[in-house]
Amino acid sequence: MKIYCLIGLLLSILTIANAISPNREIELKNFLEQDCGSCHGMTLQGGLGTPLTPQALLDKSNDYLKTIILYGKPTTAMPAWKSLLTEQEVDFIIQMLRQGK
Amino acid sequence: MFRFLLIPFLLFPLLTFAVELRGTGDLGVVIERATGSILIIETTHKKIISKVEGLGDLSHASVVFSRDERFAYVFGRDGGLTKVDILESKIVNRIMQSGNSIGGAISQDGKIIAVSNYTPGGVKLFDSETLEQLAEIPAIYGEQNQTSKTVGLVDAPNQKFVTSVFEANEIWLIDAKESKNPKVQKFKNVGKLPYDALISNEGRYYIAGLFGEDGLALLDLWYPEQGVQKIVSTLKKEDEKLPIFKMPHLEGFGVAGDYIFVPAVGRHEILVIDKKTWQEIKRIPVSGQPIFIRVRPDQRQMWVNFALPNNEKVQVLDIETLQIIKTLEVGKAVLHLEFTPRGEEIWLSVRDENKLVVYNTETLLETATLPADKPSGIFLTVRAHYIGL
Repeated sequence: MKIYCLIGLLLSILTIANAISPNREIELKNFLEQDCGSCHGMTLQGGLGTPLTPQALLDKSNDYLKTIILYGKPTTAMPAWKSLLTEQEVDFIIQMLRQGK
Repeated sequence: MFRFLLIPFLLFPLLTFAVELRGTGDLGVVIERATGSILIIETTHKKIISKVEGLGDLSHASVVFSRDERFAYVFGRDGGLTKVDILESKIVNRIMQSGNSIGGAISQDGKIIAVSNYTPGGVKLFDSETLEQLAEIPAIYGEQNQTSKTVGLVDAPNQKFVTSVFEANEIWLIDAKESKNPKVQKFKNVGKLPYDALISNEGRYYIAGLFGEDGLALLDLWYPEQGVQKIVSTLKKEDEKLPIFKMPHLEGFGVAGDYIFVPAVGRHEILVIDKKTWQEIKRIPVSGQPIFIRVRPDQRQMWVNFALPNNEKVQVLDIETLQIIKTLEVGKAVLHLEFTPRGEEIWLSVRDENKLVVYNTETLLETATLPADKPSGIFLTVRAHYIGL
């Protein structure tokens, strides 16, 4: 059972890696640091937006984070990014957030 | 004996260096947001004089100047307040005054630095010479004593400061004549989520932009007893708002004569408001969601930059006709723009291309490019003598 999970995880990482070009990955890293950082702080400790450190996101599921990033959070300053980011790119960003990068 | 003769010779080069006097009127500060450093720039010869490091998290930072234009006070995201001697290119004092701050202001007499904080929310006052704390005004509101972020902090005539209290939907007028015992007058229910504010150049009108609803909140500081008035909210357009990828900024630099130019939140438009009637005159369609709208000092042109995904462009508009004169493709992520004191040139920061670009404002051609590490705000010392900057 464990091994299947592991294979599944590896496969999903591979598909993410396959779908996003290395150049785009660099852009997305810069995007997270600079543009998310405008509101959440460059060290992601928070600002106008809430902190996004791995610790702060412990109780948030990937699905939740994905929904917030794609569709925004009504009544707050968090916008819907779906016109600028694909679902795969959002997955990549969540992966970076989890790793605290 | 020989030794005594030698000393003046040894000192000579040091002395000549020390007497190289200069003013600061053509100097300024550029924030390097990723490295916690600032550049000291000189606009006459368009050059970078020096770099000062160790200012903490500058991912959102702003600067005010002492009225002798020698010291820059830098407000960092991490709550750091740093006093920099721009002639000597060094930090003279630095304190961590909160966990998270957004900006600040300097009092009319130059003696008080006020800082606007997110965590813990509120405004703190400091002695501009020593950075000793004078007073703290926590942003507590409502019956459950909730805390709020403060935004849009500006100085106002008669030793006052004005701030907007984001989650509380309030505007606070702070009288700092007794700097250790400031008096706060609160205006409630000014509109939903005031996100930033400007004060008109003469220091009379405080105008807060609203994030949670259409329109702006106006406080006439000559007649505060009349309260806060909601303006331009009646002409709401029915079209759907776009997601707001970056919070727009409001500045006193957006005022020209009777016109006030403000970004239309969530729209690719500049709102033109008539200061005589407080009516909306026009909405000018532009290439993106405006972030900064800057009027050239002679008030004949304005320059505007935009939020993602249009942040590589800058547009120049004619104020007499309210028409776009030119769209410039400046580079990836243009974050800020600042005119030289009389406006013959404008400096732009291009974050993702690690450079500053200077344009001649008549020819609209580039005249210089200078390297900078992820530059954001550009602040020239001329700001020292303007109300609200």
